[in-house]
Amino acid sequence: MSHMPLAVNPSLNHAQKLLILRRRLETGLPLCPRPYRALAVECGLTEQQVLEATSEWQANGLIKRMGLVVRHRTLGYRANAMVVWDIPDEKVAAVGHALAEEPFVTLCYQRPRQRPDWPYNLFCMIHGTDREQVREQLRQLRERHGLENTDHDVLFSRKAYRQCGGRYVGDANA
Amino acid sequence: MQLDATDRRLIDRYQKGMPITSRPFLAMGEELGIPEEAVIGRLEALQAQQAISRVGPVFEHSRAGASLLAAVAAPKEDIDQVADRINHFPGINHNYAREHEFNLWFVMTAPDEKTLETRLDELEKTLALPFLRLPMVEAYHIDLAFNIDWEALP
Repeated sequence: MSHMPLAVNPSLNHAQKLLILRRRLETGLPLCPRPYRALAVECGLTEQQVLEATSEWQANGLIKRMGLVVRHRTLGYRANAMVVWDIPDEKVAAVGHALAEEPFVTLCYQRPRQRPDWPYNLFCMIHGTDREQVREQLRQLRERHGLENTDHDVLFSRKAYRQCGGRYVGDANA
Repeated sequence: MQLDATDRRLIDRYQKGMPITSRPFLAMGEELGIPEEAVIGRLEALQAQQAISRVGPVFEHSRAGASLLAAVAAPKEDIDQVADRINHFPGINHNYAREHEFNLWFVMTAPDEKTLETRLDELEKTLALPFLRLPMVEAYHIDLAFNIDWEALP
């Protein structure tokens, strides 16, 4: 990765520079002793401004975590299943919170049903080293949370065509 | 992939909670008992081996713009082609084949809801396949970091 400073249009205002910073942060920190200073140069800000903005985004929840973004597949987690459930509306929040506590559940969301094509309203993701492990974890999950008779479906992933972090910031005029 | 004990500690300790400070890799090295340049070297190597995709912030989707999970039932024999056409659209950040009648699952993102809607409509028209649109109602667990069970790995 190149850390060549980019020429920043000096007429950009502070908000525009912060937008460039955010977009740049989404691709990861440069791996050098002072990554925030390197980013500051790219964005036309000071290192202090970059540190403050990043800290503020973390404090207000825009940044939900800061650290190594692991590629589980490379590490050996070869199987993942999206397990979808049809939970009565009045129970969905309680079940969702309970499932989210399980160590092997990595995501847990409520989404709207789309009847008749899609009767499920709770989604969770289970990772494992292989399908057998995922099935075993699912079996434990159903038993522990009283979901033995709950309609559900298991969608194993077969192939990742794309997996990357979100790019939400629009085309800032860098 | 076999990682040594220090790489494992680096991953276990810093999937979250990396300090936001002028020299973060120095601070991380102090905690792990290794020099700053060793932290940087290890992160570079982990990235090169694709054990990690990057080091830095993970933004909260719902607060960082608009995004939507969608699914399509692509004809089996066309699935690679349909996936490829989806990937060519702007804002696609996940795209998985899953074993189900709805066999392609993707997340589309955009700077705002209106752009998202426009892009989705366009994509739906291009593919000529109806989407299942599944916006998030509530997240119970959104932290993608999870503890690696090193012993269980092949």
